[in-house]
Amino acid sequence: MSVLVVVECDKGEVKKSSLEVASYGAQVAQMLGTTATAVAVGEATEANLAQLGEQGISKVLFDNEPRLKDFVNGAYTKLIAAAADKEQAKVIVLANSNIGASVGSRLAVRLKASLATNVVELPKTDGGQFTVKRGAFSGKAFADVVLSGERKIIAVKKNSIEAQHNGGQTAQVESFSAQLSDADFADAPKQVIMQDQAGGILLPEADKVVSGGRGMKGPENWHLIEDLAKALGAATACSKPVSDVDWRPHHEHVGQTGITVSPNLYIACGISGAIQHLAGVNSSKVIVVINKDPEAPFFKAADYGIVGDVFEVLPKLTQAVKELN
Amino acid sequence: MKFLVCISNVPDTTTKITFTPDNKEFNKAGVQFVINPWDEYALTRAIELKEAQGSGTVTVLNVGEADTEPNIRKALAIGADDAIRVNAAPKDAWFVAQQIAHYAKEGGYDVILMGKESIDYNGFQVHGMVGELLGIPTVAPAMKLDMSGNTATLEREIEGGKEIVEVNTPFVASCQQPMCEPRIPNMRGIMTARTKPLKVVEAVGEGAATAVAEYQLPPKKQGVKLIDAANAGELIKLLRNEAKVI
Ligand SMILES: Cc1cc2nc3c(=O)[nH]c(=O)nc-3n(C[C@H](O)[C@H](O)[C@H](O)COP(=O)(O)OP(=O)(O)OC[C@H]3O[C@@H](n4cnc5c(N)ncnc54)[C@H](O)[C@@H]3O)c2cc1C
Ligand SMILES: Cc1cc2nc3c(=O)[nH]c(=O)nc-3n(C[C@H](O)[C@H](O)[C@H](O)COP(=O)(O)OP(=O)(O)OC[C@H]3O[C@@H](n4cnc5c(N)ncnc54)[C@H](O)[C@@H]3O)c2cc1C
Repeated sequence: MSVLVVVECDKGEVKKSSLEVASYGAQVAQMLGTTATAVAVGEATEANLAQLGEQGISKVLFDNEPRLKDFVNGAYTKLIAAAADKEQAKVIVLANSNIGASVGSRLAVRLKASLATNVVELPKTDGGQFTVKRGAFSGKAFADVVLSGERKIIAVKKNSIEAQHNGGQTAQVESFSAQLSDADFADAPKQVIMQDQAGGILLPEADKVVSGGRGMKGPENWHLIEDLAKALGAATACSKPVSDVDWRPHHEHVGQTGITVSPNLYIACGISGAIQHLAGVNSSKVIVVINKDPEAPFFKAADYGIVGDVFEVLPKLTQAVKELN
Repeated sequence: MKFLVCISNVPDTTTKITFTPDNKEFNKAGVQFVINPWDEYALTRAIELKEAQGSGTVTVLNVGEADTEPNIRKALAIGADDAIRVNAAPKDAWFVAQQIAHYAKEGGYDVILMGKESIDYNGFQVHGMVGELLGIPTVAPAMKLDMSGNTATLEREIEGGKEIVEVNTPFVASCQQPMCEPRIPNMRGIMTARTKPLKVVEAVGEGAATAVAEYQLPPKKQGVKLIDAANAGELIKLLRNEAKVI
């Protein structure tokens, strides 16, 4: 019996959210008195997988099938199910990403497991019950959920667990074949189109986000957002009306009907703070609001605020960050 | 082509969330329930595709007790042809998925559309479970869906990009924007919805695989610390030295 963690890789690197997943899995393994094994999906390299030892992983199963580079639901599900059987895994941990949750829900049925997505804390195992805390009601509440199945699948929300780094430890990378056939790749994508990320930082993975709303007045002013984001090493985001009128691309829209983010720092510029916007950002650790209207509802959800004009405040902030660095 | 659209009945997006005194249940008192906003994309796109094909049917399905019927009628008013209500409290995603898979199979639907996730329970899992139960592909979340004969071309959102995926019927897709502009009911729709068939059926399968022990509200914020606009640089110092986030 062991804990199986699914690590997503991209261009050879283990994604940040998967480092968190690996740490989570290793800690669960410790609680259960066992070890954590990882199985890799996406474009991985052996050298980077071996480094998962730093997160407490002892072994990594690696299927060197080139078609696993892109997300293929059928193939990923079969690979992970085979790894779970090989390891007799009772607990499987994945990222709460579009990939992780898609695969996790198929696996739950195939392995007859209890599934919890959007999980924000390590499990509690007292009283013979296995309980996890998950986000619910679009960030407005949490639920403690009891997973009663013999097998449990946990999809961990990004940025809710700190990735551990125990220098020097390496994991043993073991080649593994799930004997995938052409049929398993039937739903392979015809084409994969990656976006140009501002500054190369992926919004769903970012730990700092600078976001603009209608108060930015137009797309021609977005350099103010981008300059601050660049200085901070942050990703950029926007409110729904901004992407609705194409000032910014749809994939930057956060909120109830957009992406949910939970960075350490969220800076909202010229955004009023409507409840549907807050639903996508309210689990951010620190929220900063810049708005010229002192009555803007966003200030109620903020940790720091500046009542002022974004066109004056933003350049000052960018300057201050540059001076700090 | 036969479309099945699964709709979930959820608290309106502006609802202030509270729980019963024992924190075991959501407090429904005074709450307005709506069709899950993502499911409106699924419904409208199904109607558009049916119209483009010039034939076919759109059936809506909800797993819920009788109090969900106003929203089922609303879906009929928007343009679905008929409806099924599985008469049971939706205990968890596994329970709901079994109901959908059973009645989808029984009805022989070609395309099963859902929303990306419910805005109350935020599961993002019913669609994957239904696909697995039926042994057919699930594309989640889909931003675009076009059909040509029995082949669908979809855009699936992945972290940092999108995939173009082609699948044949039958399949499951979970929908999100910008797939279409969700329709709202018009007067004629509201009138005809009253007489469209709404079949009530009983639940099948196993019970739930999970249970909520307790709900909690997030800890309250300390209150906002305001920094003078003239002295905006001070904020950056606070973020480094006090909040320690940069
Ligand atoms: C079902 C539903 C789902 C929705 N989903 C989402 C969602 O996912 N995400 C989302 O964002 N919205 C969503 N909305 C829309 C939401 O209700 C708000 O309308 C939207 O968030 C407002 O965007 P905004 O704050 O950019 O614009 P506004 O509300 O217009 O606010 C602009 C703000 O900028 C300030 N401002 C103006 N000029 C300046 C200046 N020079 N300097 C500083 N401040 C300035 C103003 O004081 C104001 O507070 C949804 C709505 C519905 C009904
Ligand atoms: C107040 C309240 C309390 C709840 N408490 C619990 C609880 O304690 N435990 C629990 O597991 N669930 C609970 N639910 C049920 C929950 O809302 C769901 O019906 C079910 O759990 C699936 O939710 P999900 O978020 O996993 O769905 P998702 O996987 O996020 O939903 C994806 C899609 O599946 C379809 N779908 C989801 N639910 C239904 C449905 N009922 N009928 C038809 N189609 C549907 C929709 O198209 C939806 O967009 C509660 C619901 C409410 C309103």
